[in-house]
Amino acid sequence: MYSRAYKSLVSLPPLLWVGIFLLLPYALMLVHSFWLVRDGFIVHQWNLGNYAALFTRTVYLQVLLRTMRIAASVTLCSLLLGYPLAYYVSFYSGVRKEILYQLVIVPLWVSYLVRGYAWKTILGSDGVLNGFLRYAHITHAPVGFLLYSPFAVVLMLTHIYTPFVFLPIYAALESIPRPLLEASQDLGATPSQTFLRVVLPLSMPGLLAGATFAFVLSLGDFLAPLLVGGPSGTMIANVVQSLFGAAYDWPLGAAVAMCILVITLTLLSLTETLEKRWSFK
Amino acid sequence: MSANKANPSSAGLAAGGTLLEVRSVAKRFGAAKVLNDVSLNIAAGEFLTLLGESGSGKTTLLRLIAGFEAPTSGEIWMSGQRLDLVPPYQRPVNTVFQHYALFPHLNVRDNVAYGLRVRGTAASEVAGRVDDALRMVKMQEFAAARPGRLSGGQQQRVALARALVNRPQLLLLDEPLSALDANLRKQMQSELKALQRELGITFLFVTHDQEEAMALSDRIALLRGGTLEQIASPREIYKHPATAYAAQFIGQTNLLEAHVRAGVAACGALCWPTREADGPALFSLRPEDIGCVPSDSSPPSSASTFRGTVRQQLYGGASETLEIGCGPTQMLRVRIRAAGPLSGELEFAFLPEDAIRVKA
Repeated sequence: MYSRAYKSLVSLPPLLWVGIFLLLPYALMLVHSFWLVRDGFIVHQWNLGNYAALFTRTVYLQVLLRTMRIAASVTLCSLLLGYPLAYYVSFYSGVRKEILYQLVIVPLWVSYLVRGYAWKTILGSDGVLNGFLRYAHITHAPVGFLLYSPFAVVLMLTHIYTPFVFLPIYAALESIPRPLLEASQDLGATPSQTFLRVVLPLSMPGLLAGATFAFVLSLGDFLAPLLVGGPSGTMIANVVQSLFGAAYDWPLGAAVAMCILVITLTLLSLTETLEKRWSFK
Repeated sequence: MSANKANPSSAGLAAGGTLLEVRSVAKRFGAAKVLNDVSLNIAAGEFLTLLGESGSGKTTLLRLIAGFEAPTSGEIWMSGQRLDLVPPYQRPVNTVFQHYALFPHLNVRDNVAYGLRVRGTAASEVAGRVDDALRMVKMQEFAAARPGRLSGGQQQRVALARALVNRPQLLLLDEPLSALDANLRKQMQSELKALQRELGITFLFVTHDQEEAMALSDRIALLRGGTLEQIASPREIYKHPATAYAAQFIGQTNLLEAHVRAGVAACGALCWPTREADGPALFSLRPEDIGCVPSDSSPPSSASTFRGTVRQQLYGGASETLEIGCGPTQMLRVRIRAAGPLSGELEFAFLPEDAIRVKA
């Protein structure tokens, strides 16, 4: 057994880290969200005006709703890609399992920015995709909606977060004892019944974890809209960024950020409860 | 146990009729031959045990019948229908898995109901049959529990109920008792046997434990290295082992490498009359078939006798085992009723017909 002194010594660095770099900034942000800006200066005067603005100036609500729509689309798309992929790699890839797994992981090593610019190259008016469409005589003029649209944001974020969805689902599928699948068949279940009644419920914790990753990470993303979103693809994090930057309205920015934080935390606790409910270990 | 009503002789075949036929089945995994040309029949209502060491192919044969593997060659037939081409979920066969394979996300009731529900049985019927099955294995009070909360023996019972509730024609049991401790195992053996007799369902039971096989089975199929060594009733296989391997695997024996000449077999200090042809021959003589002749009496006239020196005496309660040396190299095991310490050179006797000719 380790001594008390040793234990506190070991736990001190992480506690300090979390305290200084996480809890303190959050506290500062919370405080700011109740202040206001007058004549270009932040005034320490307690008020709820920032939160009222969130609900009265519809632009914020609109962007927030769009952000949630984009995040939901990304979650759905990456689940639709990630689950079948994980299912295939885990159950049917045989000797190629290891290499396929690595291939899914490799994109995570490539910088986020590089992947963003790659999508610009693919989707732009003079991009690879438009070039191909014209070459194949499917279109005659460049297709505009491909780049600088919510579509482009969903596409890029799905590409980036699918491995994050794949990993927990794959881990959950790998932990399903294979004799359970044989038992299910033995009891008369067709392969699709086995999937719906055994595989899917037992992979639910992984599915929830993956969906949470995709949704929460997308919700707070500001680079994808910046790179490929255009004005119609602006997301809530871009609003926060501009409020803290060009607009110099830290209190309002803080209020928007607190709003995102509340949504995220609510979601996390919700999925955690669900994951516990679906876990049988 | 009154759940018999739930099961109006599901086998639907006259006792003794052939239920399952394994015809020249072979199975290879890559270059490894796991089963070689195995043929056997299972009669309806029979308790047949596949006995063998690990690697003998017994579990593979079970998995072929369940449908989890396909034979490399050969056919499996059940009630006049080709079985090996049918997917596992359409076979009238259910399995009790070695580690039970209960669904961890379903409670005991839903585990047992699983087979009925996926086959679209009416909910009202499901409830009644699940209740009967749980009562049969004495697990009614655990109906709402998740498998993770049950002990090994309880999980075993649930696995049994989950398989039997479907009224299979053939129940496959893959070393179902191997994960239980010795006492529970004995108890479950007896319950299993009673259940089988009561339900009249054909059991195909896989084990590596020869004692278990002897206690439970109507017949034992002894597998060795992927081939069928012998298939016979426990008494038959014990009394008349076909091969030296069978004689040694089932019970203990003395293997005698004898030479036969003119109706007399000779092996070291032992010689006895035999009907075998002249030449070298291998015999099995069970330790309990050799008796110790008290100094004040003489053995029956038909018995063959020899003298041996007691080297070891292993006390075993009702009986004890002697290791006796006859001559410089020959060593024999003798099992006699416990009779106090013995030592020195004694006279032993056995009946010639107890020395069974076996194949090497």
